[in-house]
Amino acid sequence: MLEIKDLHAGIDGNEILKGINLTVKKGEIHAIMGPNGSGKSTLAKVLAGHPAYQVTKGEILYEGKNLLAMAPDERAREGVFMAFQYPIEVPGVSNAQFLRLAYNEKRKHLGEEELDPLEFKDLLKERAKVVEMDASFMTRSVNEGFSGGEKKRNEILQMAVLEPKLAVLDETDSGLDIDALRIVAGGINQLHSPENAVILVTHYQRLLDYVVPQYVHVLANGRIAKEGGKELALELEQKGYDWLKTTATETSGATVRAS
Amino acid sequence: MSTVELLGKQEYKYGFVTDIESDVIPRGLTEDTIRLIVAKKNEPEWMLEFRLKAYRHWLTMTEPKHWPNISYPEINYQDVIYYSAPKRKATKASLDEVDPELLRTFEKLGIPLTEQKQLAGVAVDAVFDSVSVATTYKEKLKKHGVIFCSFTEAIREYPDLVRKYLGSVVPTNDNFFAALNSAVFSDGSFCFIPRGVRCPMELSTYFRINNSESGQFERTLIIAEEGAYVSYLEGCTAPKFDKNQLHAAVVELVALDDAQIKYSTVQNWYAGDEKGVGGIYNFVTKRGKCAGRNSKISWTQVETGSAITWKYPSCILQGDNSIGEFYSVALTNHAQQADTGTKMIHLGKNTRSTIISKGIAAGKSNNSYRGLVKVMPKAENSRNYTQCDSMLIGSNSGANTFPYIEVMNNTSSVEHEASTSKISEEQLFYLQQRGISQEDAVSLIINGFCKDVFLQLPMEFAVEAQRLLGMKLEGSVG
Ligand SMILES: Nc1ncnc2c1ncn2[C@@H]1O[C@H](COP(=O)(O)OP(=O)(O)O)[C@@H](O)[C@H]1O
Ligand SMILES: [Mg+2]
Repeated sequence: MLEIKDLHAGIDGNEILKGINLTVKKGEIHAIMGPNGSGKSTLAKVLAGHPAYQVTKGEILYEGKNLLAMAPDERAREGVFMAFQYPIEVPGVSNAQFLRLAYNEKRKHLGEEELDPLEFKDLLKERAKVVEMDASFMTRSVNEGFSGGEKKRNEILQMAVLEPKLAVLDETDSGLDIDALRIVAGGINQLHSPENAVILVTHYQRLLDYVVPQYVHVLANGRIAKEGGKELALELEQKGYDWLKTTATETSGATVRAS
Repeated sequence: MSTVELLGKQEYKYGFVTDIESDVIPRGLTEDTIRLIVAKKNEPEWMLEFRLKAYRHWLTMTEPKHWPNISYPEINYQDVIYYSAPKRKATKASLDEVDPELLRTFEKLGIPLTEQKQLAGVAVDAVFDSVSVATTYKEKLKKHGVIFCSFTEAIREYPDLVRKYLGSVVPTNDNFFAALNSAVFSDGSFCFIPRGVRCPMELSTYFRINNSESGQFERTLIIAEEGAYVSYLEGCTAPKFDKNQLHAAVVELVALDDAQIKYSTVQNWYAGDEKGVGGIYNFVTKRGKCAGRNSKISWTQVETGSAITWKYPSCILQGDNSIGEFYSVALTNHAQQADTGTKMIHLGKNTRSTIISKGIAAGKSNNSYRGLVKVMPKAENSRNYTQCDSMLIGSNSGANTFPYIEVMNNTSSVEHEASTSKISEEQLFYLQQRGISQEDAVSLIINGFCKDVFLQLPMEFAVEAQRLLGMKLEGSVG
């Protein structure tokens, strides 16, 4: 589904990602971990096509197509979804209005009929159950006045509505209390299927107790410093990230395939 | 460079010219011009006096060139044609007699006038250059006692009402453009809602400027008697010309005890091209008087067109407990300039006013809000709330707010909030990441920004306004 080859990317001439290789197949869950500032969010945003980042080298294939040649909205309609670490507020635009527009864009793209507001309301009500979100959130402006946890849940609601093929969830667990974490994790598990793939970007291991990845990749200083199975996350939990910083350079450039 | 720029510029789809024979008077303005207009329109002596008085005032006045935040080349008032009317049969007894070319024009503008196609629930007065060419649903309205007709007809058929109220809210010497209008106005709409009547349908006037050399000087007068209610809509378009056309209208509203007038405008005059060539100079005086107790006047405007907009729909809150409202979206793009806002003059006790202004400036345009809230000594316990938000798109546009506040008693309160924002790259990216195109994302953000104003518009107008904003902004972000 996704193949990242020797990806170098940065911002304003500063290289942040320094040669990332990663392959994700249908049905898989991958975790990307690593200390603050290691480039996790940058990787997520480059996948989604954030215009501030420049790719200087390497390529990304998504379902065999050149992802980097596609505009961000095109990528989204093709099934790439990113849950934002810091979801954005859109004053005056209701959650329902926003979600319907996004949902219908996808349907149009697939050559399907658009849903009218009433039809969509029913669908939204169904999908909202995935993250146990109250109907009152649908009429409120997108993320405006939402608590940190509510914003994160709203991201997963959007995922539930849009049913992406590839979901990149950037620190969706941060800022959640334990109950909210359970709900969000439960939602991700419900949405995950053999037909799609999830990349969990996280700083902590605790989300991984609920959403169990097959592969864990540790990013340090813009490179994948270590890879392994689920146990690697536990190991990091005990040892912290410091010990990686020295090894980061040693494994640099090594082509690693996760499967 | 961006996908948006590649989309190119959306054409102004109302920019066509109707090829029609017109009765045009020579350029220029003298007392003889006024006499000629009066003769053409067969007006009574008192109208001639009204006009001449205004004209003589106008000669002593100077154009307000310094205080508004707008600039434009000198207007030669002797180079304007003050009367241009499509040639037609002497009187139009029914719509069937209206020139088919005109019917086609209005149909193309989305305003079908013929009986079979008329818009449901909206009565329309169609004004073409200097004259009203048709008014729909007149008979139906008459059954309810509502008078809705062209100004020309009102002068002829209801002279007492016109004499009583014409100039009662905007005096002939009020300002330079109002004086000019009073001297030369050629037509417009007249509405009268008698005591206790809730007008059964929306009333609207659609203004069309067709002649490149003529100005449009129309007059609207709306009177709501005790307990009456009316919702009135105004729409405007003009062809694309390289020259600027002058539009100087006067609108007067009068609300007696317990009456309500809701006045909505979607202004889409031709704005000129990207370099600022052509477009309408829109110098308009709009004012409502809440003459009676518990009366209410609401202005809602969506200003998207014109090269220059100079316009301050205002309320004189004379009756105790009366309410004035002003909801405005003003969008400027390319080289457009807008200096717009409102005046709320509190005279009566317990009067309330609300001002919600949303200014959006894109391209190299300049967008100013100018508002006056004046609470007179006797207007005890009065309240005003003003919220003034500006949004800048790109880095070459400008937005300003000029609030003037005068409170002359200590039982009243005035609250003013203002903000300036930009559409951020992060916001756009967020929406795009959900599959929404960049243009749609801009529209969505702008419509969200304007929501409080759009909520005030009648449903169909709100939809039209949203579509219009999206269209006007196409190509402005990238
Ligand atoms: N918009 C930006 N401008 C400048 N530097 C940035 C920007 N975004 C990220 N960076 C830098 O790139 C590095 C990686 O950031 P990020 O991808 O957010 O890391 P992580 O998500 O792993 O904490 C950091 O050093 C950060 O300061
Ligand atoms: Mg991050």
